[in-house]
Amino acid sequence: MEKKSIIKVRDLVAGYDDDIILNSISFDVYEGEIFVVLGGSGCGKSTLLKLLIGLMPPISGQVVIDGDDISSCDENTFKRILQKFGVLYQSGALLGSMTVAENVALPVQEYTDLPKKSVDTLVRMKLGLVHLNGYENYLPSEISGGMKKRAGLARAMALNPKILFFDEPSAGLDPITSAGLDNLIIHLNRSLGTTMVIVTHELQSIFAVAHRVIMLDRHTKGIIAEGDPYYLKEHSSNEFVKSFFNRQPEENREQTAFSL
Amino acid sequence: MKSLKESQIHRYEITENAGGGIILHLSGRMDASNAGSLIKSLTPLLKERSPHSLTVDMEKVNFLDDFGVLVLVEVKGIITDIGGQFSLKNISDNLQKMLSLLNFESLTEKIRFTKKRPPGPMIRLGEGTIHVASDLKYLISFIGSVSMALVYVILRPGALRRDDTFLCMQKTGVDALPIVGLINFLLGLIMAFMSSVQLQKFGANIYIASLVSLSMTRELGPIMTAIIVAGRSGSAFAAEIGTMKVSEEVDALFTMGFEPARFLVVPKIIASVVVVPILTLFADLFAIMGGLIVGVTMLNLTASSYMTQTINTLSLFDFYWGVLKSIVFAFIIAWIGCLRGFQVRGGAASVGQAATSAVVSSIFMIIVADSIFAIILCYW
Repeated sequence: MEKKSIIKVRDLVAGYDDDIILNSISFDVYEGEIFVVLGGSGCGKSTLLKLLIGLMPPISGQVVIDGDDISSCDENTFKRILQKFGVLYQSGALLGSMTVAENVALPVQEYTDLPKKSVDTLVRMKLGLVHLNGYENYLPSEISGGMKKRAGLARAMALNPKILFFDEPSAGLDPITSAGLDNLIIHLNRSLGTTMVIVTHELQSIFAVAHRVIMLDRHTKGIIAEGDPYYLKEHSSNEFVKSFFNRQPEENREQTAFSL
Repeated sequence: MKSLKESQIHRYEITENAGGGIILHLSGRMDASNAGSLIKSLTPLLKERSPHSLTVDMEKVNFLDDFGVLVLVEVKGIITDIGGQFSLKNISDNLQKMLSLLNFESLTEKIRFTKKRPPGPMIRLGEGTIHVASDLKYLISFIGSVSMALVYVILRPGALRRDDTFLCMQKTGVDALPIVGLINFLLGLIMAFMSSVQLQKFGANIYIASLVSLSMTRELGPIMTAIIVAGRSGSAFAAEIGTMKVSEEVDALFTMGFEPARFLVVPKIIASVVVVPILTLFADLFAIMGGLIVGVTMLNLTASSYMTQTINTLSLFDFYWGVLKSIVFAFIIAWIGCLRGFQVRGGAASVGQAATSAVVSSIFMIIVADSIFAIILCYW
């Protein structure tokens, strides 16, 4: 079966002012897959995410989401694209003046015609999915970091978008919660067919969820590896990729520094 | 074309079985796009028929997400409300997975959001009193820690963060000069103009110089400057410290062994106390210039006679008095701005509140202090 690509990135150049961070990268994300963007610190992972969700314009190149070019489309098209994806920000990004339930209900009330009573039930279901039952009436400042993140996920998937973007989903979570989140990602992917794009460098979570990964590199400002993480771990010819997946310090520099 | 397609995707059919119950046949996709309309059309229908049992046939449903489950939950809720029996049939494995993932069985239990109800008036009165009392306690302890920090810095001037202090002087003083100058210039202009209407009748034009200079140096110069600085810098102090509080920067300072009051508050207080009196002097000067322009252009006074009258009216005491006031006002602005910043709890909304409250309480305190000055002068 021909895999249908839902996100197309072509010859993307991005950076801040004169500082080029990503130089001419191209890749595809296929419908229904769990796609992980990874790389060392400062390689442009977060920048790439900002470009994919339209928060930052590229210097040149294209980002096409479900058939529409996000960088050159008009405002109405852009609004339509926005409804196709949800984003989980690093620290949840819940609105501080609203309760957890109101945060999740916000997009639902705006974009669906559900009666008020049903919205409440739906919010309860969404919060149940991320194991936050009973926290409906808490303010974001009253719950822990991991809970905020889970509430943020409930909000991101409130409208069951086609694509979910995750910015470092397991950062700052304990291993149990983190593993729970991985399971949830896999489950949502299987049951709803949601395409997931995850930016992370958490190895365990990459091996647990990823169907395919791309790896960015700070020095070449581009993609240095693409494919199945298990395959890359064993067979990659690139030393950096191999050290990354096997969790070893880089051969020539760090090793000498630490083994003295 | 589109309407036809939509009617196809949320089609449902109702048949009756032998026992008088109802079978609801759902088909197609059950997702976010049609959940709302499905609930809205099924609710009155089921309430009208109020069957003693309802079976939902899921055979033709090919996609179910949580919005679809929501429809089932609502339908089940209606049926159990009227005392009927609810059941599902022909559920495929995929649908069952979705249902169990969402805990369909427990969802239909009647748990509604219990919004936190506002407590009774007595409780609120008590809470309000406790709040005011603790606010007062904090206010006093804050004065204490700021005074300690000030004394520490005075004893060891090396401990003062000099760069921060100069930067703060620039932001509070130099950057405020244009707006302070302009507002006081216009104020002098207006005052001279308004009083000239009356004084001209008595041929007392020359006393406009006295009126403008005296009222500005003693009273309006310090007050106007303080209000502008409170609006510009008092709110900025509160917002800056409040944001630092929210993002745990204040905690970081504390654990690194810095006294937050000494690190953040002392530079602001010193900077304000230095620059606000200077701003006040500029304010006086600009106001006198404003009066001068009205006097020369409209009242046929010469510039030299206007200035001579101004100099004759003002004594050095008037300047000292104005400067003394502005020093106190500067202290109030910096102190309350920082206090409100440290009181921030929670998130962004709280920072906004702190900034507002900093301006409002500093202006209030400035007026109170000014009244005290007036009383002191009266009984001197």
